[in-house]
Amino acid sequence: MSASPVMAQPAPSDQAGAPVVLTARGLGRDFHGFTAVSNVDLDVRHAQIHALIGPNGAGKTTVFNLLTKFLQPTRGQIELLGTDITRMKPEAVARMGLVRSFQISAVFPNLTVLENVRVALQRPDNLATQFWLPMGVLDRLNDHADSFIDRLGLAEYRDTRAGDLSYGRKRVLEIATTLALDPKVLLLDEPMAGMGQEDVQMVAAIIRDVARERAVLMVEHNLSVVADICDHVTVLQRGEILAQGDYDTVAADPRVRTAYMGTED
Amino acid sequence: MAHPTSGPAAGPQIREIRSAGTIRMAIPLVALAAALIAPFWFYPIFVMKFLCFALFAAAFNLLLGYTGLLSFGHAAFFGGGAYFTAHVVKIWGLTPELGLIVGTLGAAALGLVIGAIALRRSGIYFTMITLALAQMFYFFCLQAPFTHGEDGLQLGPRGHLFGVIDLGQAMNLYYFVLAVVLIGMFVIWRFVNSPFGMILRSIRDNEQRAISLGYSVQAYKLGAFVMSAALSGLAGGLKALVFQLATLTDVAWQMSGEVVLMTLIGGIGTQAGPVVGSGVFIALQNNLATSDFPVTIIMGVVFMVCVLVFRRGIVGNSLPRASGGRLG
Ligand SMILES: Nc1ncnc2c1ncn2[C@@H]1O[C@H](COP(=O)(O)OP(=O)(O)OP(=O)(O)O)[C@@H](O)[C@H]1O
Ligand SMILES: [Mg+2]
Repeated sequence: MSASPVMAQPAPSDQAGAPVVLTARGLGRDFHGFTAVSNVDLDVRHAQIHALIGPNGAGKTTVFNLLTKFLQPTRGQIELLGTDITRMKPEAVARMGLVRSFQISAVFPNLTVLENVRVALQRPDNLATQFWLPMGVLDRLNDHADSFIDRLGLAEYRDTRAGDLSYGRKRVLEIATTLALDPKVLLLDEPMAGMGQEDVQMVAAIIRDVARERAVLMVEHNLSVVADICDHVTVLQRGEILAQGDYDTVAADPRVRTAYMGTED
Repeated sequence: MAHPTSGPAAGPQIREIRSAGTIRMAIPLVALAAALIAPFWFYPIFVMKFLCFALFAAAFNLLLGYTGLLSFGHAAFFGGGAYFTAHVVKIWGLTPELGLIVGTLGAAALGLVIGAIALRRSGIYFTMITLALAQMFYFFCLQAPFTHGEDGLQLGPRGHLFGVIDLGQAMNLYYFVLAVVLIGMFVIWRFVNSPFGMILRSIRDNEQRAISLGYSVQAYKLGAFVMSAALSGLAGGLKALVFQLATLTDVAWQMSGEVVLMTLIGGIGTQAGPVVGSGVFIALQNNLATSDFPVTIIMGVVFMVCVLVFRRGIVGNSLPRASGGRLG
């Protein structure tokens, strides 16, 4: 992949291997004079799971909002699959294949589980703008939607209103909906928060599975999951990158131990 | 004492579901039958007024109930439709059905402009901008010569439908109005129960999530806004044909308030809610018009009772949670 002039500088912890699909350089965002994110360089690679960790308020969700263009960066550039997306709209970025989940579970509460997943499929399958057709035409998407519902163990809740699901099930549904879009780059903000142990194992396995053909960037507080499935870890503290590398390197870094784990044993 | 049962081994729950389904099927048929014979029981003009407002409230509910947008400027579309229809019927000599088409398209165009501006903001700001723009349209109507200001635009004889059927005949007029309202209701029903309607519901439920799935939510909202404006214009045009009059009352902000009340009283996000709400509203208005008591106060009290007692409106509360009043 040829680097554009904007992205000429490689990230400090550049590692050889899979191609970079999502790049940020000098990313920063201020809120009324308060710097929430500053000088963040990231390289997210195809077929790798990249963890973004850090204490509460470090700016992880803000980085996600910047990368997906839900927030406009104050400084810096973002490049997705060779295209500069720094000035693009969030829905356009999503259509290019960068799809996110939300820290606070984001489902459509008044739609059923099946309808939730189908909403994701409607746009790519060109069944979103027809206001003259009956709803029944959406049944064409059922088989495809069911494959995601089954894969995430939601089959028995297929016709349940999403708002009536338990918190953990809502998170699982959100992942099913996100995967239904077949994103090229998947951004997951604490996907396993609030899930039971069984679901954590299931979702970890699914993430590892889907990451074989796409890039995953995830915020995760569960460090054993991070150690288990993540290829690369970036530690954020007070909006700045504190350390990058594989899990063992990062975990051994004394600054990380002080900042993130709160101890210096 | 043994009760004979209707079906063999049909459990009480199954029978309940079946009868609920039958009732849901039966209600529209009963309503249709009632509408067909209503002019023999009530003043046709009263029933037609109700029909016009039922369509107006249903068009408004398309936006509030199914898209989650509260407009406080719908009088512009209702009144605009009334003026456009009345003008082309009176001055251009168009037939009533063509007049309605012009009223509908005119209101749609107005909706496109107002919607495109107001949708730049959300929440209460959106509502305030719709009110402000509708007020601008009101003052335009107040000043423009074609509206005849305070006198209103008065229509002559009602004319002939397709140049053939004399709408001067009360019954002809009534069934024409009923047919137009039923068509309008069908369009709304199809619209909210379409692939597009599903995306609108998802936007109503969680706009950020819809964006993250790649939907240009502004375009979808604008589509719903224009459709709602167009059908409000149809209702307004119909009202002008029925009363042979388009006036400033139709474009005044009170009209925007009334349609909000009707829809909330009946229950938002249901098909029947706006119809029931406008029925209650028109009946109250008619009965109170002859009393000395200020109508607005009674309406206010009725509204408060409805909102406090039936939180999801009359219709929303009488349906099980899954099948209606989904906005609760
Ligand atoms: N829209 C906003 N306006 C003002 N300040 C904000 C906004 N969004 C985030 N912040 C601030 O930016 C900082 C980083 O917040 P952020 O949500 O990105 O942290 P986080 O790392 O995701 O934390 P957590 O682990 O709790 O989710 C916080 O101090 C937060 O208060
Ligand atoms: Mg966060």
